Amino acid sequence: MRAVSLERTTHPVLIFWIIAGWVGYLILPWYGVEGFWSFEWLVDGWPLDEDYAPAAVLIGMGQKLWLAPLLLALAAPLMVLGRRKTEPLYAKVLIVAGGFGFAWMVAQGLGIGLRGFNADWLTTLLGPLEDRQFGMGYGAMVTASAFLFLFTQGIAARGAINGDVFVTSAIGGVIAVVSVFVFFPIAKMLLAAFATDDGGYSVIGFFPKFLDNRIWGLGCLSDGRCGVAWNSLVLAVLVGVLTTLLGLAFALVLTRSGFRYKRLLRALTVLPIITPPFVIGLAIILLFGLSGTVTTSLAGLFGVEATRWIYGLPGILTAQLLAFTPIAFLVLIGVVEGVSPSMEEAAQTLRANRWQTFRTVSWPLMRPGLANAFLLGFIESMADFGNPLVLGGNFDVLSTEIFFAIVGAQYDQSRAAILAVVLLGFTLGAFYLQRFWLGKKSYTTVTGKGDAGVHPAMPRGLAVPVYAIVALWSAFTLVVYGMILYGSVVQLWGVDDTLTFKHYITAFRVSWGENGLRWTGSAWDSFWTTIMIATLAAPLTAAIGLITAYLLTRQDFAGKRAFEFGTMLSFAIPGTVIGVAYILAFNVPPIEITGTGLILVISFIFRNMPVGVRAGIASMSQLDKSLDESSLTLGANSWQTFRAVILPLLRPAILAALVYSFVRAMTAISAVIFLVSARYDMSTSYIIGRVENNDYGLAIAYSTALIFVMLAAVGLLQLLVGRTQIGRRTSHGEGH
Amino acid sequence: MTGINAKAASVRFENVSKVFGSKVTAVDNIDLEVKAGTLVTLLGPSGCGKTTTLRMIAGLEMTTKGSIFIGDKDVTRLPATDRDVSMVFQSYALFPHMTVMENVSYGLKFSGFDKAETKEKALAGLGLVGLTGYGGRLPSELSGGQQQRVAVARALVLEPQVLLFDEPLSNLDAKLRRQVREEIREIQQKLGLTVVYVTHDQEEALAVSDEIVVMRNAAIAQKGTPRELYEAPADAFVADFIGEANLIEVEITALEGTTATVRIADYTHRLPSRGLRQGPAKLAVRPSRMRLVAGAGDGVAAVIDKATYVGSRMEYTVTAAFGTVFAVLDDVVTPFQVGDAVTISFAASGPVLIPADQRR
Repeated sequence: MRAVSLERTTHPVLIFWIIAGWVGYLILPWYGVEGFWSFEWLVDGWPLDEDYAPAAVLIGMGQKLWLAPLLLALAAPLMVLGRRKTEPLYAKVLIVAGGFGFAWMVAQGLGIGLRGFNADWLTTLLGPLEDRQFGMGYGAMVTASAFLFLFTQGIAARGAINGDVFVTSAIGGVIAVVSVFVFFPIAKMLLAAFATDDGGYSVIGFFPKFLDNRIWGLGCLSDGRCGVAWNSLVLAVLVGVLTTLLGLAFALVLTRSGFRYKRLLRALTVLPIITPPFVIGLAIILLFGLSGTVTTSLAGLFGVEATRWIYGLPGILTAQLLAFTPIAFLVLIGVVEGVSPSMEEAAQTLRANRWQTFRTVSWPLMRPGLANAFLLGFIESMADFGNPLVLGGNFDVLSTEIFFAIVGAQYDQSRAAILAVVLLGFTLGAFYLQRFWLGKKSYTTVTGKGDAGVHPAMPRGLAVPVYAIVALWSAFTLVVYGMILYGSVVQLWGVDDTLTFKHYITAFRVSWGENGLRWTGSAWDSFWTTIMIATLAAPLTAAIGLITAYLLTRQDFAGKRAFEFGTMLSFAIPGTVIGVAYILAFNVPPIEITGTGLILVISFIFRNMPVGVRAGIASMSQLDKSLDESSLTLGANSWQTFRAVILPLLRPAILAALVYSFVRAMTAISAVIFLVSARYDMSTSYIIGRVENNDYGLAIAYSTALIFVMLAAVGLLQLLVGRTQIGRRTSHGEGH
Repeated sequence: MTGINAKAASVRFENVSKVFGSKVTAVDNIDLEVKAGTLVTLLGPSGCGKTTTLRMIAGLEMTTKGSIFIGDKDVTRLPATDRDVSMVFQSYALFPHMTVMENVSYGLKFSGFDKAETKEKALAGLGLVGLTGYGGRLPSELSGGQQQRVAVARALVLEPQVLLFDEPLSNLDAKLRRQVREEIREIQQKLGLTVVYVTHDQEEALAVSDEIVVMRNAAIAQKGTPRELYEAPADAFVADFIGEANLIEVEITALEGTTATVRIADYTHRLPSRGLRQGPAKLAVRPSRMRLVAGAGDGVAAVIDKATYVGSRMEYTVTAAFGTVFAVLDDVVTPFQVGDAVTISFAASGPVLIPADQRR
């Protein structure tokens, strides 16, 4: 029999979080311990050693007395344990206790740091503080989470979102983590935009730097050079449009043609995703550079002089197209498959020919996907750092400028921050344009009825150019990858063409010593670190991304637009800025995680989460809402609905999110280069180091090895997640 | 034997309003009572608020104002999950990635039944809708009618206090529609379920309901048994919406107790006054209650405009001094021809007086 939860007086979720709060306060070490995953503290003086002591013990020893008020907030919820949710007291106590506890933790965390009070006015107000505190540890984290979720349960009990605990907690949780790991560091970074040389802040100083000719100049229209802002904008629009069209071409060939080798094509489109970005840049130099294979052979054939034309816009554009087309493809394949065949069949029966059907039905239904793909391409191009670094020549773009502003001789934090503001403006502009274009149309095509149709083939007029484009592009991709593979086994590119495995041996040597197996290759350290970080980051990214997408498409709550903006923000900011922002924000308490593996995992989660969100939104907006509603009326709560109905239907989106975040974690460079440490070095930063030493052979060999590892990982994930059978649809090639 | 019983409960709306955004009033201050074990239909043109009313019973929409009771319990603030109500959707909303059996068992899993009970109940549900043996199929492998029955079974097996149907037959062909609606009615009566049923098809409503609630412009226009609504519509809207009706402008010339004398052109007719006063009124006459006689006689002179043979009867469009009316006669052997002069009169029972002004 269905129990009605409002009448129950036991609340398992509430009990869980109350216990969690007490465990965090009474048992776990309150402050950060050396090494997040090491449990040395258990045998090293805990719980009485003051480095490892829980908050309660510290207070007992007369230290960190500002943690004492939290006891009140922890005790209060015990009062409501036996009460009903409908009682006003229940909601009130949880909101006050959770809210106060969380706010107090934030306030003391920001207010009290390594040297007592962090701000002068606090010292003036309260007098100097003798004590000090370090970064949050397990105890503080668990207790803070407990306060947060007690608060959201209170909000739910008051009737927000129909009293849905899962949804309110999910919203609260996502807002909290996004605030801490996106807004907080970005705010610290932006504060730097107003910083003056003498350590103060000034608004007047901001504008001349913002309107600088080096950013907004239009010299290239006459004979000079344009500002970096225009360069980035032109490049990003081109990349966005072209990747969308190329991605669409691949998606169409895969779903709407009788092409036989679809699997091969699918694999080919995945290749560039699993390639560290600068590797494509390197390969393009090997092909088209001054002494590149193509350049020299063309020069020899036609007697034209070899030039450096590839450096600049053509080179970056080509490299970014190679790198980002697959992202557009991954977004579009779901959308193109999601267009209900019966719609297209209906159009055909309404006397539309195949071309008219495509133009009037299929194409408009694909529009949300197209807009998403464009947006992703645009933002990726804006934020890309590896390719412009390798291929840019005199064509400066915002992301590299930011990098040089911070790393170069200038060391000008405020200029970097100003460039970041410009970049953010562009990406947000793209975001709103996309909204405007999509309008308010409904694109729901997967309804609760089983679909028995089959996608029609493309019209001939479309098929021919699409085939041509896909064939050309595939051939080009193959050549680029051939170059990479070949480059990894020659002695010295362009000088000594003897084949050799020495680069692989240097990087990945394994020897059998007296202590058993020894990983003596120079790459192993960074390799294992990378694998570990990527494995940790991928599922977390996918989970947060999909939950966010669920909230955005399926729930209505105040401030939803702001919420969506917040979750997209980290994606709109290039990795270089994220890297610097994280260093600024997380080098000091309350969250002190620079130099750990954790900061890498976190930066990956919040850098890549928007992809999960986008993929989730694109698929979820095609699932009819009556599916959720019928599940709810059948007695499942929103969490059960999410798990049993939405998630299984979202498998393609989950796969996309998992693959993408894993691979991005292994190939990312821009943020990583700031965040790595001697203990946690990542493959990409190690490779860049090799490139800087002109050790191209080892760099390319290592990259090739990475590509194969990721290929294996992608295949494995595809196997694990599997495919959801939702219709009788068969693809055309399989004997239909 | 079936393993499925009813826990039917009543539904009560008290002053319920629903406003979307700040302006759009979908439901405006309605009171409604659905007795336990009855099938009540919400009927009305699209946009009249009937689906919103249904979704408020389900808990998929929350009221802006007023209270909803299921049984004796105030459920106004309860979300859908916690209400003992199930719903059959217009699109069926079968989960495409689950088999029929999994779909039907879905709600049972969350209701605290153990595996054996769940299976037993799901099988009983499938048996009840005549789909025994289809458990292993995917929804996409079923016909429309079968999908519809799976949706019904899925809702039924939970033994809800109230079972809701949102235009369940609109995706079915006509023949199947009659069959499925009869099945729904049969199951409802057999199990004694409380059912609230939304439709815009008046014939469907008349056929299945214990009581019909006609809605218009976010409010209730009239409620009553099918016979009451058909034979004694409260106003022109209801008269026209429930079955066709000829609305003839008349003048009430005299009142004697509850009997009114009305004048239509030169003809006078006596019928119950239904509380109306002297003055202009409207006479609602079903096409089947029109009497046509050849030539001149006691009644209103008219001319046949159109004559249509539809097999079991004749349909005529007739023009008289008061306008054009529609009449249906059973005599197919010697039909009138277009242009024939006839005299119109009305059957002794059937025509009813309604107020002249339409309340809007």
